[in-house]
Amino acid sequence: MRWLLLKDLQILRRSKLLLALLVIYPIAIALLIGIALSRGPDKPKVAFLNAVPIGQTVTNIGGEDVDFARYADQFFEAIDPVRVKTRAQAIEKVKDGEALAALIIPADTVDRLNGGLGQAQVEVLYNGDAIKQSFVESTIDAELAKANAALSAKIRDVAVTDLRVLTEGGRITTPLGSEDLLGLERAKALLEQALDELPADLPARSGLEQVDDFANQALIGLRFATPALNAVSEPVTVKKTVLSGQRTALDDFAVVLAVAVSLLFIAVLLASGVLALEREEQAYGRLVRGLVSKSGLLAEKVLLAAVCSGIVALLMLCGIGALTGVDWARFGQWLAALAAGALGCSALGVAIGAVAREVRAASLLGLLLALPLAFLALVPSGSVSSGLYDVIRVVNGAFPFKPTLQALDAAVNGADPGLLVSVLHLLGLALGFGALARLALRRF
Amino acid sequence: MPPVATGVTKRFGDRVALRDVSVSVEPGELLAIIGPNGAGKTTLLSILAGILRPDAGELGRPAREIGWVPQQAAVYGKLSVRENLKLFARLEKVPDPDAVVARMLEQTGLAERADDELGTLSGGNRQRVNIAVGLLSDPPVLLLDEPSSSLDPRQRERLWEFVDARAHANGTAVIFTTHNVAEAERWADRVLVLADGEVIFTGTPAELRAAESDAAEDFEGAFVRFLRERGH
Repeated sequence: MRWLLLKDLQILRRSKLLLALLVIYPIAIALLIGIALSRGPDKPKVAFLNAVPIGQTVTNIGGEDVDFARYADQFFEAIDPVRVKTRAQAIEKVKDGEALAALIIPADTVDRLNGGLGQAQVEVLYNGDAIKQSFVESTIDAELAKANAALSAKIRDVAVTDLRVLTEGGRITTPLGSEDLLGLERAKALLEQALDELPADLPARSGLEQVDDFANQALIGLRFATPALNAVSEPVTVKKTVLSGQRTALDDFAVVLAVAVSLLFIAVLLASGVLALEREEQAYGRLVRGLVSKSGLLAEKVLLAAVCSGIVALLMLCGIGALTGVDWARFGQWLAALAAGALGCSALGVAIGAVAREVRAASLLGLLLALPLAFLALVPSGSVSSGLYDVIRVVNGAFPFKPTLQALDAAVNGADPGLLVSVLHLLGLALGFGALARLALRRF
Repeated sequence: MPPVATGVTKRFGDRVALRDVSVSVEPGELLAIIGPNGAGKTTLLSILAGILRPDAGELGRPAREIGWVPQQAAVYGKLSVRENLKLFARLEKVPDPDAVVARMLEQTGLAERADDELGTLSGGNRQRVNIAVGLLSDPPVLLLDEPSSSLDPRQRERLWEFVDARAHANGTAVIFTTHNVAEAERWADRVLVLADGEVIFTGTPAELRAAESDAAEDFEGAFVRFLRERGH
């Protein structure tokens, strides 16, 4: 086996293009995935028309000036605005593809917010690209929700202050000017004092007692008003609890995902390719007629692919780890996860090579299998129907990518289901795919 | 020398590829296995080489005592001539691989191309390396599966001269298959005619020609008439 291993390394060393492809291609894909997952998308370009006349963006709510232009500025943290002067220009920008959408704030927005004309309304125009539309739509919806929430909080604060003044007394500001209010509590106290001093048989006393009852009921009702206003402005709050497993931050998960994808591609393509090469070079028949056993030949190919892919993956992990600050104390666990993952993926590779029998067919089959495996491993529960998710779980469990991802996540980030479970799973898969490859060699 | 195979039968499903075939060859003798397409020549050679297992019959020698040279050069194009020979010498567990490789390079006339990658060699030279690999362990029996099929006439001549010299100098028994009956007449000491999986003639080329009455006919014509008269 030693001589075959050296022979394959020699051939690999001389196949510079193949070697470069095997290393650069998966690393490029892995890094792209990692970057895509760990970095948010760029701000979408949105044509922006603010038709509210300059100087009229400020309104007074409960005596406090609120500048609506400030809320527009918050929008610009999430979008890249392309400022336009007319609605027609906004439509043109979207049609030309210069902007993904247009956001138009009509001239009467502030007046409507002031309460004179009903609910304020902004206009959003999209282009026909479904993916981009979805992206920009969710961005704008989210920012509008934030602006709405901020405005309603402001209005709630004013309302709560006014209620307090109404209850306890104090200064209140309206569009008509500032006034000192007596307040219900003090009014009620004065009323009760007056009732105590009035003769019991005075006819006017009955009317005053009704006013006193009303003040009492109003005070009770207003005590409930403040919490009710808070509830209306934010009806649902979220309390977050992780029930099981260790939640891995997206950046950390992107690191192990990038490494696992590289490992899968290199191991599968290399193992399948070097096995199929034996047949293409016509050497297989010569080798297995007594020079090396079929199982020995498979073991050599698995070992070669596992060592090569494991080394590349380890270098990637160290490189990315140095930049992102992973826990180096877990280095031993990294090695265990990488070794098990490399063996599992390489065994899958030799099974593919034994079935495909030709290098090109093996490479194609390897790619066709590796891509959906990587995709399926990322499908989260709840995003598809439960029946379909069960099927995906079975597929993920039957192939080595998801267990490799889990092993690396456990080794690097300490995530569940733990390193030992994943390593045992991978070793089982390695034996299974090794047996499948041995079976396929009967017609190799 | 004991028979290489006795009463060998091989079936692929319902089809009988070989029926009760026996083969024997003497040291230094060249035995050509000829016959029409589908006669079972390559199947017989694969069984003798230990690549296929017979369903019935016995083999006289284990695979390790038989050198095998497949039709296509079973060597690595990215390795040099020397590296190919050394690899197979090591896998064959030859006692002194370097010395054996040096001797083989000398015998095949490839010493000057020893460090060239095999992929850069001509078809004839690749076939010489292919044969050299089959001879590394100095086997008493050498099997050649249509060794000259992809070679031009000059390369064929050089190949057969080398094989003939090797057989007569070292006493290596050579069994080869070929579609070129003229080649069999010229280089083989004996021919074995296989048709529909059965041996229908064993003898010298002269005896095969004598089996047909028309003395003016060439060997290929005599061979075709021989097959036709026996319903093949």
